[in-house]
Amino acid sequence: MKFGVVIFPGSNCEHDCYYVVESVIGQPVEFIWHQDTSVKGFDAVILPGGFAYGDYLRTGALAKFSPVMKAIGDFAKQGGLVFGICNGFQILAEAGLLPGALLRNVGLKYVCKFLHLRTETTDTPYSNILKKNQLLRIPVGHGDGNYFADPETLKRIEDNGQVVFRYATASGEITPEANPNGSLHNIAGIVNEQRNVLGMMPHPDRSSESLLGSADGKLIFESMVNALVRAG
Amino acid sequence: MLRSAMKATVIVSLKPTVLDPQGMTIHRSLASLGLTNISDVRQGKIFDVSIKDGASRQEVERLAKEVLTNPVIEEYRIIWE
Repeated sequence: MKFGVVIFPGSNCEHDCYYVVESVIGQPVEFIWHQDTSVKGFDAVILPGGFAYGDYLRTGALAKFSPVMKAIGDFAKQGGLVFGICNGFQILAEAGLLPGALLRNVGLKYVCKFLHLRTETTDTPYSNILKKNQLLRIPVGHGDGNYFADPETLKRIEDNGQVVFRYATASGEITPEANPNGSLHNIAGIVNEQRNVLGMMPHPDRSSESLLGSADGKLIFESMVNALVRAG
Repeated sequence: MLRSAMKATVIVSLKPTVLDPQGMTIHRSLASLGLTNISDVRQGKIFDVSIKDGASRQEVERLAKEVLTNPVIEEYRIIWE
């Protein structure tokens, strides 16, 4: 089992992701350079947070033209696990590997804080060791995390159970107050229809050890390991 | 006839159905200026593009469609000089 962490110019959470995979969940991991044209040999690819290409034009808009993204698109089509965190989510949405888009936060503030996520489905390689409605304490740090999709797309991803995490109160309620950025339906993370690509704005890579205030993020990485072990 | 380099302006704006938090914030701040007749502000982007002599306009169309615009949330129009 081998994880890869992609480095774009402007990524800044690649070491966090690398560290969690190597030291917290104890799996082999290598960096993948954005100019690479292949992701052969990897079982899971993580697109880390940061500001790829300075977030110029739109967040994630220029990163999608990196050579490695073509390889990651093919990898995703073949069922490979592709996990975008924060800026990684924005890149996956821009690349069309996930539906919808991430707009500027309502209120225009860069939001950086711990919050609660409610697990909406356990039927994904990223949430298979969680329980439905399980609350995770995971921080966000973004200015463009306002999830948007047109009404048809939104209905489709809801009907298909593609919403994996929603922003919730500490008691698990989905309320406008719990929504840090104006995301439709309090959406914090979604999978594609095939369920092998996850994008989420919150940072499990910053919350995988209790020393950092929460170890809940580790459960997502452990779910990935579980899924890969099951798949053989 | 001597042809000069062509120029185009690409205007990208959010679709009318997409919330524009920046435009809303600009609009809200106008009241303190006394600009009470402005009923809405939407923020967009302008790109000035130069094209080599005799080149096809298609490349600008592709630039606008495939790079400058995210079709999920935005639309574009091109003004040729």
